[in-house]
Amino acid sequence: MTDANLMTVPDAAADPARRKRSEALYFAVRNPKLIVGGTVLVALLLLAIVGPYLTDNPPNDYVGPKASPPSGDYWFGTTTFGQDVFSQFVHGLRTTFVVGVLGGGIAALIGMAVGFTAGYRGGRVDEFLNMVTNIVLVIPTLAVLLVVSAYLKARGVLVEGLFVGFTSWPWAARAIRAQTFSLTARDFVDLARLSGLRTRRIIFREIAPNMSSYLVMTWILLFGGSILIAATLDFIGLGPTNGTSLGLMMNNAVLWSALQLGMWWWFIPPGLGITAVVGGLYIMNVGLDEVFNPRLREL
Amino acid sequence: MLRLDHVSKSFGLGAFGSRSFLAVDDVSLRVAPGEVVSLIGESGSGKSTIGKMILRLLPVSSGSITFQGEDVSTHTGKALKAYYRRVQGVFQDPFSSYNPIFTVDHALDLVRREYLGDLSGQEWRRRLTSVLETVSINAGEVLGKYPHQLSGGQLQRLLIARALMLDLRFLVADEIISMLDASTRIDVLNLLGDLKTRGLGILFITHDLSLGNYISDRTVILRHGAVVEMGATGLVFGNPCHPYTRALLSAVPQLHARWGAAPEQQAPPVPGGSAPGRQAPGTPGATTTAVPPAGLVATVERSRTAPGRRAALVEIEDDHFVAPTGNG
Amino acid sequence: MSVQVKDLKVYYRTLRGDVRALDGASFTIADGEIMGLAGESGCGKSTLGRSLIAIDGRMRYVGGSVSLDGAALPLDDQAAMARHRFTAVSLVPQYAMSAMNPTRKIGKLVTDLLRSRGIAPDTVLGEFRRRLELVGLSTDVLARYPIELSGGMKQRVVMVISTLLDPSLLVADEITSALDVSTQKAVAEAVVEFRDRGFVASTIVITHDLSILVQMADSIMIMYAGKPVERASTDAVVSSSRHPYTRLLLSSLPEVGVRYEEHRLSGIAGRPPSLLNPPPGCRFRDRCPLAFAKCAEEPPFVEVAPGHSAACWKA
Repeated sequence: MTDANLMTVPDAAADPARRKRSEALYFAVRNPKLIVGGTVLVALLLLAIVGPYLTDNPPNDYVGPKASPPSGDYWFGTTTFGQDVFSQFVHGLRTTFVVGVLGGGIAALIGMAVGFTAGYRGGRVDEFLNMVTNIVLVIPTLAVLLVVSAYLKARGVLVEGLFVGFTSWPWAARAIRAQTFSLTARDFVDLARLSGLRTRRIIFREIAPNMSSYLVMTWILLFGGSILIAATLDFIGLGPTNGTSLGLMMNNAVLWSALQLGMWWWFIPPGLGITAVVGGLYIMNVGLDEVFNPRLREL
Repeated sequence: MLRLDHVSKSFGLGAFGSRSFLAVDDVSLRVAPGEVVSLIGESGSGKSTIGKMILRLLPVSSGSITFQGEDVSTHTGKALKAYYRRVQGVFQDPFSSYNPIFTVDHALDLVRREYLGDLSGQEWRRRLTSVLETVSINAGEVLGKYPHQLSGGQLQRLLIARALMLDLRFLVADEIISMLDASTRIDVLNLLGDLKTRGLGILFITHDLSLGNYISDRTVILRHGAVVEMGATGLVFGNPCHPYTRALLSAVPQLHARWGAAPEQQAPPVPGGSAPGRQAPGTPGATTTAVPPAGLVATVERSRTAPGRRAALVEIEDDHFVAPTGNG
Repeated sequence: MSVQVKDLKVYYRTLRGDVRALDGASFTIADGEIMGLAGESGCGKSTLGRSLIAIDGRMRYVGGSVSLDGAALPLDDQAAMARHRFTAVSLVPQYAMSAMNPTRKIGKLVTDLLRSRGIAPDTVLGEFRRRLELVGLSTDVLARYPIELSGGMKQRVVMVISTLLDPSLLVADEITSALDVSTQKAVAEAVVEFRDRGFVASTIVITHDLSILVQMADSIMIMYAGKPVERASTDAVVSSSRHPYTRLLLSSLPEVGVRYEEHRLSGIAGRPPSLLNPPPGCRFRDRCPLAFAKCAEEPPFVEVAPGHSAACWKA
C-alpha cells in the first residue's frame, strides 16, 4: 500500500445520498423489464385519463346497433344492448385504477405500519399486533361488507376503495412483519443503533429499503386484489351505484352469454385490461428488484 | 474502566413471557484501559449476550454495568448516544454487518451524520485517511464498493475504522475473526493488539481458546451463563483449576500434539477451605478427573429458569479466580 | 489403491464465464487412510469433495478421472453416479440435519432413506443400532425429532446413516466446524473409529481447521486457488512442509499452550487470485515471499520426498 493511495479518499464519499440516487436511476433506465412494465402501465394510465375524452358516448347508454363487432364507429364494438364497449372500457379502466390505488394504498399503509412495528419491536407489542391482525384476518369480509352496505345509501368508487383497503391489509402486515423480523436480526441494524440512529430512521432508511421490491410487490398484489374484490362486489350489486368498471364489464359479458355468442370484443378488452395492469406492475417489480439489489444487478 | 457487577439476563419464553430462561447468571468482571479481556465460552454460554448488554442492544435483567464511573445500564436517548461515542462493537458476520443495498461507505456516513456533522469535508477526509491507515486499509480499494465485493477481512477492518472515527475508548469484539480465513484473521487480531497499546479497553468474545490465549491479557471462561474461571491469561491457560476449563483445554485440537498424547496437566489443588464443603473428603477442589463438558454426553442441563444464588468465585492465587466446583 | 483421482477439473458456470474452482487435482488415497483436505475458503476443497459425490447443475465436469477400487466413477453421467452414491461413495455434509424434515422422527427418516435406496430396513437396522451405540448414542434417538438432538449428536447420527452400507469412500465436509470444542472431539473420534472398524475404506475430511486434521488424519492435502499445493503425511505437513503457502499458513495459527508475550504471528498479505480468469504460473506467487522469475511458469505437482508431493519450484 502506498501513501499516495491513502491520501486520496474518493470525493464520492462526501455526498453518498446523491450518488446513490443517481446510481439507482442509472440502472433503472437501463433495465428492460422496468421499462416494458412501466410503459404498459403508463400507457394504460394515459388511456384511462384521456380515453373518456375520445368518445362522446356515455358508457352505459344504448347508443348504437346491438352486438356489432368492432368498427370505425365503435372501436371495440357494442354490447348486446348497443352500449359502446370502448367507452365502457376507458371509463372502467379509470375506476379500476382509482379502486386499485385507493384500496391497495390504504391496505399497504396499514399493513406497513403494523408489520414494521410488530417486526421491529417484537415481544409484547408484536404479540398484541399479531392478535389484532389475526382477528381482522378471520372476519368474514363479505358478510361485513353486505351489512355495512345495507346502511349506506350512496356508494361511490371512494367508499368501495376504503372498504377494500380496510379489510385486506392483514396478510400484508404478516408478510412485512416476517420480513422485518429477519432483517432486524441482521447485524447492520445493531450497528445502526450503535451509530445513534433513531428507531424511525432505522426502520425507514435501513430496513425498508432492503425490502423495497418486496413492498412494491405487496402493493402490487394488494392493488390486483383490490381490483378483483371490487369486481366481485360489483357483481353482487355492492359496487358503485351508477358507474362502470372492468370487473362489472366482465361480469355483464358473462351474464349475457358473450362467451357463447362469440362476442369476444365484449369480454376480451376488460380481461386484457386487468391482466395488463397487474402484469405490467409485476414485470416492473422484477425489474425494480434488479435495480435495488446490487447482487442481482451483476448477473 | 468498564465493569459488570452481578449482571444477569433472563429471556421470556412462551406466550406473554410465561416462562423464562436465564442466559447470563450473576456475572461480574472488569476491563481496564489498555487491556484485552477474552470472554470464552461454547455456544449457549451467554458470551454474546454479555457483549450485547454492554452495547445496550439488550437490557440487563439485574445488576449494573459501569463505564468510566457512570452506571450506563439505564441510559437512554442523549446519554446513550454519548455512550456510543466511546463504546462500540464489531460483530461476527462481516457481511451481515453492512446494509447490502448501500456501499460500505454508508456505515461511515451514519457515524458522520450522527456524531461528526460539524466536521468539514476536508477535516472528515483527513481523519478518515489517518484512521484507514491505522487499520491498514487502502481507501481506493475499499471505499465506494459494495459489501459483497470485498473480503471479510477488509470489511471487519473497515468496521473497526468506523468505531475509531469516534472517540473510542472501549470495543466489544464479538467473534470478529471467526468467519475470516486463517491467513488473514491473525492480522485483524494483531490490529486489536495495536489498539490496546493506544489505551483502548477491548472485550474479545470468542469460542476459540487459542485466539483468546494469543491476544488477551485476562481471560474469563463462561459456562451456562456463569463465570467458572477467570484471571490473567497465563494463569488460566497455564494452571487451569476448574474441571470445565481443563476439559475444554484438553479438547482443543492442537497442531503439535494429539489428543490424549499430552500428559495430563498437574495443577495445585485449591487451597483447603476455599471451596467450601461441596466435595467429598479427600477430593481436592480441582481434581484431574475431567468433568465431561456440555454436549459430550447428553446430560440434563441444570434448571436455568431462575437466578440461583451463586457462590462467590474463589481467588486461588493473585488474579486467578475459580468457581467452587459442583456449582457450574 | 482404493481411490485414485487424476487431473480432475470441475468449473462453476456463471454468466461471466467459468470459475475454475477445481483446476486439476491428482492424488490417491489408500484403503484405511483418512486424508485431510485443507485450505481457505474458495480454494476448491469443497468442490473437490462434492464432485466425488455429485456434480450438480451449477458445476461443469471439465476433465480428469476418478477410480474407486479400480473401477472408474462415471462423473459425467449423474444418473449412473446415483447408483454409486450411498453404497460406494457417501457424503456427510456440514448441516445435514437442518436439511432434513423436522417433522419426522429420526427412525422414520432412516427407514424412508433406506427404502428409497431399495434396501429393506429390517436387514440393516440392527447394525444401525449397534453403530449408534458405538459412537456413544443411545438408540433412543430413533424415536426423537432432529430438533431434539445437539449439533454433535446430529452429526454423528448422519455419519452412521451415511456409512451404513460400508462405502469405499466417505467425504466428510466441514463436519466439525459448526460444533463446540468438546463436541468436535467426539465427532472426530467417531471418524477414526469407523475407519478402524472398517466401516469405511477411505475417508476424505474437508476442513479449514488444520489442527483438527492433526488429530484425525493420516495424510493432509493443502489446496490453494483451485489446485493442490502440497500432500504428505500429517507429521510431514506440520513439521517439514515444503510449500511456502503451507508454511505461512501454519505459522499464522495461534496455539493453546504457547505464550505470545513478545512475539507476534503474522498472516499472509494479499488475496488469492480470481478463479474466473486465473493468471498463468504459480497462483500463489503474488503473495509468496520466495517468488522468483520461474514462478511465472506453473510448477508441477511432483514428489519432492518419498510420499511427499508439492507444487513449488523451490520445494
